Amino acid sequence: MNMMTNKEVGFADLLKNGQTLKQFRDDILKRTKETGHYNGLTKLALRDRDPIGYEKLFSKIRGGLVHARETAKKIAASPIVEQEGELCFTLYNAVGDCVLTSTGIIIHCGTMGAAIKYMAENNWEANPGIADGDMFTNNDCAIGNVHPCDIQTIVPVFHEGRLISWVGGVTHVIDTGAVTPGSMSTGQTSRFGDGYMITCRKTGVNDTPLRDWLHESQRSVRTPKYWILDEKTRIAGCHMIRELVHEVIAADGIEAYEAFCYEVIEEGRQGLMMRIKAMTVPGVYRKVAFVDVPYNHEDVGVSSKFAKLDSILHSPVEMTIRANGKWRLDFEGASRWGWHTFNAHHVAFTSGIWVMMCQTLVPTQRINDGAYFATEMHLPKGTWCNPDDRRTGHAYAWHFLVSGWSALWRGLSQGYYSRGYLEEVNAGNANTSNWLQGGGINQDGEIHAVNSFEASSCGTGACAIKDGLNHAAAIWNPEGDMGDIEIWEMAEPLLYLGRTVKANSGGYGKYRGGCGFETLRMVWNSQDWTMFFMGNGYMNSDWGLMGGYPSATGYRFEAHNTGLERRIANGEAIPLGADLDPGKAIYEQSIDATALVKRDKQCMTTEDCYANHDLYLNYLRGGPGFGDPLDRDVAAIANDLNQLFLLPEFAASVYGAVVSKDAKGVYSVDAAKTQSRRAEIRKERIAKSMPTREWMKEERQRIINKHASQAVQHMFATSIALSAKWDKQFRTFWDLPADWQLLETELGVPSYGSKFRMDLSLMPDVRTVVQVEE
Amino acid sequence: MSTYTQEQVNNLVEGTLDWDTTFRMLSMPKDGGRFSMYLTALQKKVTFPDKIVLPLSPHMYIVQSAKTKQWVTKCDCGHEFCGYKENWKLFANIYVRDTPEAMAEVYPLLMAPDTNWQVYREYFCPSCCVLHDVEAPTPWYPVIHDFEPDIETFYKEWVGLPVPEKAA
Repeated sequence: MNMMTNKEVGFADLLKNGQTLKQFRDDILKRTKETGHYNGLTKLALRDRDPIGYEKLFSKIRGGLVHARETAKKIAASPIVEQEGELCFTLYNAVGDCVLTSTGIIIHCGTMGAAIKYMAENNWEANPGIADGDMFTNNDCAIGNVHPCDIQTIVPVFHEGRLISWVGGVTHVIDTGAVTPGSMSTGQTSRFGDGYMITCRKTGVNDTPLRDWLHESQRSVRTPKYWILDEKTRIAGCHMIRELVHEVIAADGIEAYEAFCYEVIEEGRQGLMMRIKAMTVPGVYRKVAFVDVPYNHEDVGVSSKFAKLDSILHSPVEMTIRANGKWRLDFEGASRWGWHTFNAHHVAFTSGIWVMMCQTLVPTQRINDGAYFATEMHLPKGTWCNPDDRRTGHAYAWHFLVSGWSALWRGLSQGYYSRGYLEEVNAGNANTSNWLQGGGINQDGEIHAVNSFEASSCGTGACAIKDGLNHAAAIWNPEGDMGDIEIWEMAEPLLYLGRTVKANSGGYGKYRGGCGFETLRMVWNSQDWTMFFMGNGYMNSDWGLMGGYPSATGYRFEAHNTGLERRIANGEAIPLGADLDPGKAIYEQSIDATALVKRDKQCMTTEDCYANHDLYLNYLRGGPGFGDPLDRDVAAIANDLNQLFLLPEFAASVYGAVVSKDAKGVYSVDAAKTQSRRAEIRKERIAKSMPTREWMKEERQRIINKHASQAVQHMFATSIALSAKWDKQFRTFWDLPADWQLLETELGVPSYGSKFRMDLSLMPDVRTVVQVEE
Repeated sequence: MSTYTQEQVNNLVEGTLDWDTTFRMLSMPKDGGRFSMYLTALQKKVTFPDKIVLPLSPHMYIVQSAKTKQWVTKCDCGHEFCGYKENWKLFANIYVRDTPEAMAEVYPLLMAPDTNWQVYREYFCPSCCVLHDVEAPTPWYPVIHDFEPDIETFYKEWVGLPVPEKAA
């Protein structure tokens, strides 16, 4: 029950300037548009007058944000927060533009800002009211959050009765009470089932959470113990930062603090443009990414028949870097949102690219919303990154986001490469999966859900001067930490039978992508236990660069009725360590021959039953490669072989290496013979290849004959339906007959959503905030 | 403003630059002189007489033809693909891995894409067959025109170098 005072009946005047938050923000946007500078700040007066003081403000605030994160995360019990660091604290100015952020899941700079802007746009200050001591909780993806498991606590900061700032803290919780357990589940097909939903709800007054909120929220998730401590973490961090703001104001004055909160954003805007001009080449870059959504399979059990189809994400991007250092990211041609949990709000997209960009273009502590103001984003309404229907599911928006952004990395790397900044080149990010999730009764006899964060440590992309890092990072959190086995075993009734580098998973190239890793888990000491897989399988979402190959795709291994209880008791062989060559099925050799094994490419499943002693392979992907593999240094190949990063037959077939093994089993590569073999391979390439334009004639015929799988045709049909421009480009390129058309209705699969959609903005009393060109 | 020696840039190009210097390159503000030194390093390595205008990838350049002064996309073996504004891939050789057998040549079972969903397109120089690019789209996907640089703006306004002569 929210408390309404007299203030809510009239005008709140939070800013003490006669304006509502919306009016104040609209003025800022107007000045920004008119001048081309954030808030009309053509001069940074504070910075120019007192550059040292300005830097000290930056250091104090940024240091405090990082400190709050490092300290507050210790409160959490969830390894996702405490071990992996999946949280973030951000400071906003009064209108919800991000001033500075801590390290961590900094995609949320923009998402919590979007929540603040929603509250401003929808007159929260009149009803339910915004007062000192309030706290608001939000996880609504329809207004900008990434996915429901990122729970945001947002606290207003007042000075002498005037609203001057906001602080947001977000943690990725283990379970959100969705249809199936885990933080990012697959069993739901829409928002209805996507988990507990909170839209900028006032959940605390006088710095105290409201009891009705606590009762309701805690029983809405499967893992209340973790939920409770996560909330305490967020509140503690927010309050630490609020106190820091008051200290800064006491030391440096309110004028300096407020000036900083606007100037640093304009500085960020200029900073991004300077970085672009310093590091890249102006022009047009075109890249594309895809990923599979194989929902037709029998192991995907969803409640809605219209969701039972195979589909493909299509994320084409045209990146235009202008002479003045501004840039435009245009996703014209992207496919439509779908009946799954992989859709993304446009703010998740526009805010999220900075977590990627801070690893490449702007590796600076000064990440803030300034970057947003230096970027033109075109995310067409109706696409997977800007849905036009309020029913979309978002639990694993990252499936599409991670895939889409890998393309941006390759585009930027082209610029770095052409300019000579080879140290910056990176083939792109891995698909951050598999996501190990499930639930039931755990080893402590409690209702529980699990969500491994080993996916934080995938292989990174190869560089132009060296290999990618093995099992090191994820695009959404560059401080990848796979977590200690012992800690995960406390949180999950899943014993480790192995944790090894995944051979052959890094993309081939002169420099190879970082390999992923794999962990074999045995279910143990659980009751009524379930698990599912979530990742890419039939497709790769990353591509190699300049002759390098994509990383290996995913695959699934699970085994039931293994006989392991007996085998362990009798001291017989059990599967341990790596699944070195999936084609050889070595795990199957040390479990019962009657075991039920699933070893295939269906990497998206829904909750299935797992008994104690069942097996589950968690395979975390590698990163893509760089450069023609025939250019790879032979010593590097020998090292790959000896460290089990590469299988010998592919040393030969891909790299042209002539390999031998000595009596001790150590591999070496003969440099001279390899050089000869590589010359032969080049001749073989000539023999088996053909001129591109010859091949195009064949491919054109396949298009005319509609020769492609249902999933592929569906992808093209939705892109064509959404974009007349992309359709024209497609037809022109292939010179298709005028009467060629591709309609979803002719594909023989359900097409709900292709014609009838209803946007959130059509709901009563709702004003949505749009932050991109649509 | 950071500065590096020509030798350091040569080593960077070869992949032999020491880690300390590489780390400095990564963490310090970018050296504005890099592009010139980069061109110098690369020009020494190529065997053709044409002036490199913009490097595109390890074996591919936009060059100013020594004979005609036209700007063309060229392989370091000497093969000229096309005018620099065109899509070199349309003048390359292609091999498409669109069957399980083709994928099995280069991946273990289960670690390659399902070719009903995704294919790999390998683009080679028609002369020396170096592998310039691997695309990984769905079947039917148009050949992507990856990069259309605005070279004049880059030279004049970004790196402050005279634009090489360009014949029509």
